[in-house]
Amino acid sequence: MSIFTRFKRKSVDNDASQVDIFNKETEGLSQGQIVLRRFLRHRGAIISLGVLSTILVFVFSALDFKIGFLKYHGWWKYNYTEQPDLRTQGCPQYLSGCPTLSINPFSKSFGLGDHPFGQDDIGRDYFALVMRGAQRSILVMFIIGIVGGVIGTVIGAISGFYRGKVDAILMRFTDFIITIPSIIIGSVIGFHFGNLGATFLAFYLGLFAWTGLSRLVRGEFLSLREREFVDAARVAGASDRRIIFKHILPNAVGVIIVSVTLIMSGAILLETGLSYLGFGVVSPDVSLGLLISQYQDSFTTRPWLFWYPGIFIIIIALCVNFIGDGLRDAFDPRQRRRISRKERAQAKAVSLAKQGEN
Amino acid sequence: MSEPVLRVKDFTVEFWVDGTWYPAAVDMNFDLYPGKTLAIVGESGSGKSTTAMGLMSLLASNARTSGSVQVKGVEMLGASPRELQKFRGKEVAYIFQEPMTALNPVYTIGFQIIETLRTHFDMGPTQARARAIELITLVEIPDPEKSVDKYPHQLSGGQRQRAMIAQALACDPALLVADEPTTALDVTVQAEILDLMRGLRDKMNSAILLITHDMGVVADMADDILVMKNGVVVDQGSADAIFNRPSHPYTRELLASVPKLGSTQMRELPYATESKPVPVLKLENVTIEYPKRGRIPAFTAVRDFNLEIYPGEIVGLVGESGSGKTTVGRASIGLIPIKSGKLEVVGRDISGASMKELREIRRNTGIVFQDPASSLNPRLPIGESIGEPLFLANIAKGKELDARVEELLSQVELPKSYRNRYPHELSGGQRQRVGIARALALAPDILIADEPTSALDVSVQARFLELLQELQAELKFACLFISHDLAVVDILCHRIAVMQNGNLVEVGSRDAILKNPQDPYTQRLLSAVPVPNPQEQKARREARLASK
Repeated sequence: MSIFTRFKRKSVDNDASQVDIFNKETEGLSQGQIVLRRFLRHRGAIISLGVLSTILVFVFSALDFKIGFLKYHGWWKYNYTEQPDLRTQGCPQYLSGCPTLSINPFSKSFGLGDHPFGQDDIGRDYFALVMRGAQRSILVMFIIGIVGGVIGTVIGAISGFYRGKVDAILMRFTDFIITIPSIIIGSVIGFHFGNLGATFLAFYLGLFAWTGLSRLVRGEFLSLREREFVDAARVAGASDRRIIFKHILPNAVGVIIVSVTLIMSGAILLETGLSYLGFGVVSPDVSLGLLISQYQDSFTTRPWLFWYPGIFIIIIALCVNFIGDGLRDAFDPRQRRRISRKERAQAKAVSLAKQGEN
Repeated sequence: MSEPVLRVKDFTVEFWVDGTWYPAAVDMNFDLYPGKTLAIVGESGSGKSTTAMGLMSLLASNARTSGSVQVKGVEMLGASPRELQKFRGKEVAYIFQEPMTALNPVYTIGFQIIETLRTHFDMGPTQARARAIELITLVEIPDPEKSVDKYPHQLSGGQRQRAMIAQALACDPALLVADEPTTALDVTVQAEILDLMRGLRDKMNSAILLITHDMGVVADMADDILVMKNGVVVDQGSADAIFNRPSHPYTRELLASVPKLGSTQMRELPYATESKPVPVLKLENVTIEYPKRGRIPAFTAVRDFNLEIYPGEIVGLVGESGSGKTTVGRASIGLIPIKSGKLEVVGRDISGASMKELREIRRNTGIVFQDPASSLNPRLPIGESIGEPLFLANIAKGKELDARVEELLSQVELPKSYRNRYPHELSGGQRQRVGIARALALAPDILIADEPTSALDVSVQARFLELLQELQAELKFACLFISHDLAVVDILCHRIAVMQNGNLVEVGSRDAILKNPQDPYTQRLLSAVPVPNPQEQKARREARLASK
């Protein structure tokens, strides 16, 4: 019955709904607002964004750090270099440093305990180590994303805009970089620069992470440069630089953002892989991949040394991927939201009702 | 009277957009009998195509339909996909607007026709091929035995549309739905395709549902007419009643805004013919070539072209697609280099000009592009787009620039508040006005208008042309108006130049060209233009066929 009345009202109010459409058109939304609106509608991406920012705050506020004169005191009681006594009490036989985290609300030991993630061989708090490792991994991820993004955009933009010889040379150079497996480049870089710290490592890795992006940007430029607004800008007297950066680049920004988030999720896995092989971040510094590789033998006896860094890798990589996915959908006007089964059923009922009426 | 092929009752289509159902076509009611043509006319967004697609449930997944659609007495709405497939192609065939995208480029046209045949009939490959050749002969594609094995890209636009029609006719459909079948074609080709469709309808006694925005085509083809506006049928009646005694105000308005050939008065040239002033734009034996790329040889787009445009006059440049009109326009402002000859803008030679000199010269020129969707940067507010020439020429900055932009906006009759809007928030006609405002920002001596109205609806086009005339009368710039539409050129221009295959065919005053064309090509072009009046169009058609 409710469907009936709904439909009747609708057909009477046709004029009103047309006014609605009209208002929607003239209301005035900038392109950015439209993209934001579509992004906010992507549930997976929004949840991921929430989770990732929570992790960022959680991980970076846990430990002490120093920027210049500013000292920050973390909320976690241990540091990743401290070595408190190894705890054997309460652990299974022959084992030490087991986790104290208990999520069973009825057990006596419910709560975080002293070492929620356990301790490593020499007694360092594993929670502090995982936090430090996650910090490094996230840092590496952002640096690779930024360096790769900037290089890829510039090279792609130049070769797409100028075409001809410039394009041929730059793209053959890109092909050349693509042919070298990233794990080998990473190993060589890690071998030479690993001891300079995670920041340098990430920077050098970023120098090789731009190839896919530059091709996408080039393609985008090739099609955008043929648009009439580029000719119009040229007639108005704009220089090449102005055309590239003011007119074409803002139109390609969707492709760039999406591609960079995907580079970033790849970067965290690349860093993990390299550290696992021993070419990434080297001790005494810590990264998630390094933690996993150090304790791979303990998997059968002390699996928690394996779980916690693994869980963080998976969550971070998944979140970044989902955000990238959401951004791609938001920037792509051809993506249509699917209609839910409920709405479809409703539509069908209405059309049947209407037929019945006749 | 016989049974209708198509009976549509209370047919409504709605789309699910941003959480609500928006109606695209509301309560459509019509019958279509065999051998008749029903035309649905209306401006873009009025729901014509949606109706046509909705009849056979071909809409996107966010649409819903209600009401009743009966083809030969069988209900189509709510039919299973299997039943629908039986009717699609066999009883109801579609012809789409873009013959290139509607044909699959990786298969030969013969293959595609045979595919349709063998899906619906129990037929062997040889038999189907013979039938395909028969169909290709029927639609008058030359050399059917060979054409059957050609790929779509090997055919011309008109031939592709013929191949589409052949495919559509493969199963002798009772109903042919033609969605803007000739919009992408030149007028001479359009006339041929319409002749073909008319002949086939009479021969096979099938019904045609014609969807178009071109009143000339409607006058040429339709028996009955449905006028739609914003999804609602506002007027309905026989072709004679709609054209000669339009009752609804919207129909009257629509008919009034259709430009008609030869309806305007004599126009004086803005200068004396004996003592001509210095031309603003002067092309002397200009040849323009697109250089060879890889294995593709160089292509000469324009050959030995001569044209002079004097201050204050509007010169129309007409021709079919591929005739080199746009190339001439772009070369005139130095966007394309010329190969030989001499091209002067305001007395300065731009054939060998450096970038810096070109920039100087461009201050005296402006261009309005064809496609309002692509000619404005989607990421810049329109105020910035309009102000860019002023800003880059160092004429105005900051407050002064804002004032100039607002002045330009009010000149093209747009509210000043539109300065901060983005192109996608404007309609096509408004965007084209922004294009004019940008072109006129530097008060140029010559304006190049490259088919500025081809993407606009007739009523918007009428207003746009009026505005352009007013501006021209006020600012006295010279204008090269490029168009394929002779009626538009007739309204606007003092002189007309006709191009064919890169050559200048004829140039002369508007009246000389339109009333007394000398060249056979111009004559052919003029006779092919459909006139929005059924009786007159019938007479013209018969005259054209007789002269063949």
